[in-house]
Amino acid sequence: MMKPKQTKSLRGTQGLISLLASLLSIMVGLLVGLALLSLLNPAHAFSGFLKILTTGLATTEKMAKVLYQAMPLMLCGLAVAFAFKTGLFNIGAAGQYTMGAFCALTVAIALQQPWYIALIAAALGGALLGAIPGICKALFNVNEVITSIMFNWITMYAVNLTINNMPIMLTNYWSKSTIKDRTAPLMDANPAGILPKGGLDTLMNSNYINIGIFIAIGVAIVIWIILQKTVLGYELKACGYNRHASQYAGINAKRNIVLSMIISGALAGLGGGLYYLSGTGQYTLVKVLLGMGFNGIPVALLASSNPLGVIFSSLFISYIQVGGDALQPHFIKENIDIIISAIIYLSAFALLMKGWIAKLILRGSPRNANLEVPALNTAEASVSDPDTTATAQAAQKEDAQ
Amino acid sequence: MIFADILSATILFAVPLLLVAMGGMSSERSGIINIALEGIMIIGALCGCLFLRYTDDMGFGANAPQLYMLLAILIAGIAGLLFSMLLAFASIRLKADQTIGGTALNMMAPALAVIVTWAAQGQAQTTILIPKWIRISQESLGMQPGTDFLSRMFFKSLYLTTPIAFLLLIAVIVFMYKTKTGLRLRACGEHPQAADSVGINVYRMRYLGVAISGFLGGIGGLAFTVAAGSGFQSSVAGYGFLALAVMIFGNWKPLNILGASLFFALFKIIGSYAGSIPFLPKFEGIKSSEYIYLMLPYIVTMIVLILTSKKSRAPKAEGVPYDKGGR
Repeated sequence: MMKPKQTKSLRGTQGLISLLASLLSIMVGLLVGLALLSLLNPAHAFSGFLKILTTGLATTEKMAKVLYQAMPLMLCGLAVAFAFKTGLFNIGAAGQYTMGAFCALTVAIALQQPWYIALIAAALGGALLGAIPGICKALFNVNEVITSIMFNWITMYAVNLTINNMPIMLTNYWSKSTIKDRTAPLMDANPAGILPKGGLDTLMNSNYINIGIFIAIGVAIVIWIILQKTVLGYELKACGYNRHASQYAGINAKRNIVLSMIISGALAGLGGGLYYLSGTGQYTLVKVLLGMGFNGIPVALLASSNPLGVIFSSLFISYIQVGGDALQPHFIKENIDIIISAIIYLSAFALLMKGWIAKLILRGSPRNANLEVPALNTAEASVSDPDTTATAQAAQKEDAQ
Repeated sequence: MIFADILSATILFAVPLLLVAMGGMSSERSGIINIALEGIMIIGALCGCLFLRYTDDMGFGANAPQLYMLLAILIAGIAGLLFSMLLAFASIRLKADQTIGGTALNMMAPALAVIVTWAAQGQAQTTILIPKWIRISQESLGMQPGTDFLSRMFFKSLYLTTPIAFLLLIAVIVFMYKTKTGLRLRACGEHPQAADSVGINVYRMRYLGVAISGFLGGIGGLAFTVAAGSGFQSSVAGYGFLALAVMIFGNWKPLNILGASLFFALFKIIGSYAGSIPFLPKFEGIKSSEYIYLMLPYIVTMIVLILTSKKSRAPKAEGVPYDKGGR
């Protein structure tokens, strides 16, 4: 119904509307946070709020911390976002992240390989684990959510079992300490396994920073290119919109489901590799799932599953988390989780908010104001006809089950 | 004797799974994917445990333990219900993406629980302890404490949540399959347009579905905390997600869900009792071999799912916001 000429400018406007809606969610979410702080401890509410907003940029050290935490968040967010694009919900990023961490550390500590080999191993480990829900979905029609949840636990127990039976992996093998509930610090075991700092550590005066953040950003850009500019990306997204239609058009939907989960798993695995190869964290043998994989979900949602958006949403979430750590002793850092969840909750209203913003921006041109704005995937460029997006999306959600 | 203990623990841990999975079912049968079950459980457990703690502190709780336990269960259910309305409002009224809303609630609940726990108990008090008197023992029922198989199986760890859960199971079955409202609710999850065309209020049915899931989820949260035994620590250890898996495993049907939750709980308990079950292999040469048994329930569930997947069928319209004007 739209003339092709108009469509192009509309896409630009839609991207802008999407961005504005996200920013509005963030602002309102932060105000919720301020209200919460005032409720809990009125005397320190405002100074606490300022801390949330400014700590991340206060010193280079804090900036380094923001980048360091953003690195695994970004990759887990990418993993979730990538699967979303194919209509799959990868809740298994937690397990894939653990697997990536395990493979990276095994290659670095037990096999004494340099960091880049360890990173490749991390991605492969994550990919292997991601393939399982994909295969179960494609061949046996088992819901990928349930497989992922089961394999989160299986992976965690299996990794703990294996590390316990590999004495070379543990701290007490490499130093005189008696600690044996965590993996050895890379500094003792294999300094070549640590990600290079590239001089950033002296520049930013922090031990946390390394080139990992650039790897993460690079990967995000590559994923964006794959999704937007390649046949593979087109097929994956087509399967996400409507699997039956894409199958009818000759796309092998089963292969694409498996492939999408493999790539998604590799991304989460790489995230685990990057985090544990930074040399600042040791994998601890506890019987709880690592939260990082789950934190990828809000990162992806805040970015509307756009890979480039994930770069910014992960930086933002990491930024206010670092701010939240500075809240103590007047508040506890869980206040930040409330703010993040409020932002995510509000971004669920994207459809509604985009409607309002569209009305505001496009006032005076009633035809455009009534335009249907899809909730997710708004910044999408490759869907040719905006009129079909809403229906395609409904189909996508149905398929996601 | 060990088998009596295993059966007793199996029932204890099956109860929260059963309740929460039934909650997930009633929501999904009405067409709303409730991924927020984990968060709902936490909020229910928080409020129920706070109430129990309060009655214990005030000293009157132990006088009529089961009455206050019943009240705590109700409070947990209502708290879960109110919390689930956040999801219902977003996904029904505002037609928002259900996964997003659910994820937000899952993030919000543990943070809120930590903040409330701190506010209620003072700094660094991260655990809400549950009073001991809530357990139903044979003495409290006026019976002679026995040591035989049956008394050990039923009374080793019996809490009011267990009989309530089975009453609720029956209530859910009757509601879903024997009442007009239940039929209407299920219709909204399969084909809301058709339901609307015969005069059913789809929005109201979906609100009802989510409300039931919130109520059951909240009680399930309390049941989990009671079963875990170490007090409430702002977490339900992923049981909300497990319940989601149990629900799919149980094919969105109450009796199958009962079977699925008993099955899963049994393997979970075998995992933690493995060391004391005589005929199970002990894996002598392997360190920390308990992990092998801890993996067991998840692996067995996966195998069963793959074998039975051909019959698995989700409600057709779940996850799709209903729009009266839609096609």
